[in-house]
Amino acid sequence: MKNEDQNLLKALLNGELPDESGRFGSFGGQYAPETLMPALKKLEKNIKIFLNDETFQEEFMNELNSWAGRPTALTYASQLSKRWGVEVFLKREDLTHTGAHKINNALGQAMLAKKLGVKRIVAETGAGQHGVASAAACARLGLPCTVYMGAIDIERQSPNVDRMKQLGTEVISVMSGDQTLRAAIDEAFRDWVSDPENTHYIIGSVVGPHPFPYLVREMQSIIGKEARQQMLDFGENLPDAVFACVGGGSNAIGLFHAFLGDTEVELFGIEAGGTSDDLGENAATLASGKPGILHGTYSMLLHDDDGLIQETHSVSAGLDYPGVGPEHAFLQSISRVKYTSARDDEALELLREVCEYEGILPAIESSHAFVEARKWAKENQGKRILIGLSGRGDKDMPTLSKLMNE
Amino acid sequence: MIGGKHIEEKIRTPKAAGPAIIPFITAGYPNTGDFKQTLHEIAKKADVIEIGVPFSDPMADGVTIQRSSHLAIENGVTLKWIFNQLKEIQLDIPIVLMSYLNPLYVFGMEDLVEASIASGVDGFIVPDLPIEESKELNNQLIDADLALIQLVTPATPLDRIELISDQSRGFVYAVTVKGVTGGEDALSADVTDYLQQVHEISRIPVCAGFGIREKSDVEMIADYVDGVIVGSAIVETIEQGNSPTKFLDQLKN
Repeated sequence: MKNEDQNLLKALLNGELPDESGRFGSFGGQYAPETLMPALKKLEKNIKIFLNDETFQEEFMNELNSWAGRPTALTYASQLSKRWGVEVFLKREDLTHTGAHKINNALGQAMLAKKLGVKRIVAETGAGQHGVASAAACARLGLPCTVYMGAIDIERQSPNVDRMKQLGTEVISVMSGDQTLRAAIDEAFRDWVSDPENTHYIIGSVVGPHPFPYLVREMQSIIGKEARQQMLDFGENLPDAVFACVGGGSNAIGLFHAFLGDTEVELFGIEAGGTSDDLGENAATLASGKPGILHGTYSMLLHDDDGLIQETHSVSAGLDYPGVGPEHAFLQSISRVKYTSARDDEALELLREVCEYEGILPAIESSHAFVEARKWAKENQGKRILIGLSGRGDKDMPTLSKLMNE
Repeated sequence: MIGGKHIEEKIRTPKAAGPAIIPFITAGYPNTGDFKQTLHEIAKKADVIEIGVPFSDPMADGVTIQRSSHLAIENGVTLKWIFNQLKEIQLDIPIVLMSYLNPLYVFGMEDLVEASIASGVDGFIVPDLPIEESKELNNQLIDADLALIQLVTPATPLDRIELISDQSRGFVYAVTVKGVTGGEDALSADVTDYLQQVHEISRIPVCAGFGIREKSDVEMIADYVDGVIVGSAIVETIEQGNSPTKFLDQLKN
């Protein structure tokens, strides 16, 4: 790392980033419609209060532990370790209530929203995991919840749609735009704009206008805090490398944060490489995007020469997004995290390998992280690695069944 | 005269008695061939024209403008195309482009100023650019005497309305509803109080938009604003093959 980059990393670790204007270096900011600005400012003020409030933190931890199933296990993957020639540890967010890391953020934001006195919650969802997590958290807290989900995602993640409905959430099918995660976010914003005082938008990833990327990161950073301690206690040492999949990037930020200061630990974010490198056939924003503004934030983005956002493709609904959290763009710019991508078929191959040898069905999203981990292992025999297993693959059964029958 | 001063003057001296009329159309919708002709026609009745630059993710817009933006993109409409079309015509009224930030950012701020001057564009409305983020664009535009028209909404606190109207040029865009463009609901009764407040605070003209669809809406707010912006309703009129000039006429008569 260059000196300049080291100073920026130091600033991040000291809590100086995001700065007052919501920026991580040049990335981030608050590109929101004026109607939302008072609500964003109110949220910013209250985050400062509640994230530093011991009573709130204690209530949140209690709920995370007694209701959401934290702390999650660190699993030593003995078969994968043998096969790959490295020691493989898995951080098991798939074991949380509702089956993915998304619950950490949904629960925390719903609790915060309740303190703010809002009357209803809106959320968007891609794979349905954030939708289910929001639905469950809102049921637990007695808040009405509306979830926007792209029509294409509704089809490929149907088990999650029924789960949300069972939990009392209204699921609205989004027919506009690309009918996936990006269109669902557009629609959730439109809903929020119509009643910003009484509604809270639980955004599902480290994206959106400030303070969302910061708020969601704080809610998710428990993943890395636990994992780092578990590696020291149970694994006896820090890992040499950490791998996590990146769509918007909330599980990756959550896992990476505790390790950012351990500069000897290599960090890898893995995006959806889709079917090819061509524009429109992947969602590898950091690998092939350019800076731009979408959904309230300045970050890396897949867009064309006219500034129109590109359609993306990924077999995993949760990674199928043309943007990425501004903090990831920042971490890439200072070379602290390396971002690569994995193709659809590679992810599915690793999904099968993890099933067969470890008895764990990972989400297709999480399977992307295993692709890069296996490649890295080949070049780094005998090392120790940690993989973020962000969610379970039960919700992928419609896609997987279809592939099995082909 | 160009930019903010040009816009201000035309709003203060409307063609017909009552508030100035500012129609919004999405560029190149329903087809690209009629764009210049439509502008000429509308210019007969309008005091300022607002042209929508289509964007793939119009998050402040309702279904009508979403549909028109989407189809305009399919028709190949881009910011570059719009500038080229505007270079080929002469209108006697100010032109304002409504665009989300990303197409402007990608175009490049300096090129944007140059192209605006070359094609007679007087100002910009950028719905995802609050004052916290608008400094860079605003400085570039002000240096060239071009206007960045800022928005206030019923959710905006009074001290913030003051801050926004101080920075705005041409007019202050007073959004009449919480929500997206093209709402079907009637304007709420307390909208006049809000508009009057904005009017008292602002030193430049105040124009109201979002959800203004018919004559009765214009009548309701006429005493509190200097102009009205009509968007979705006129886009729907053009969509249905009806005359936009007739539609504009009946808004005030």
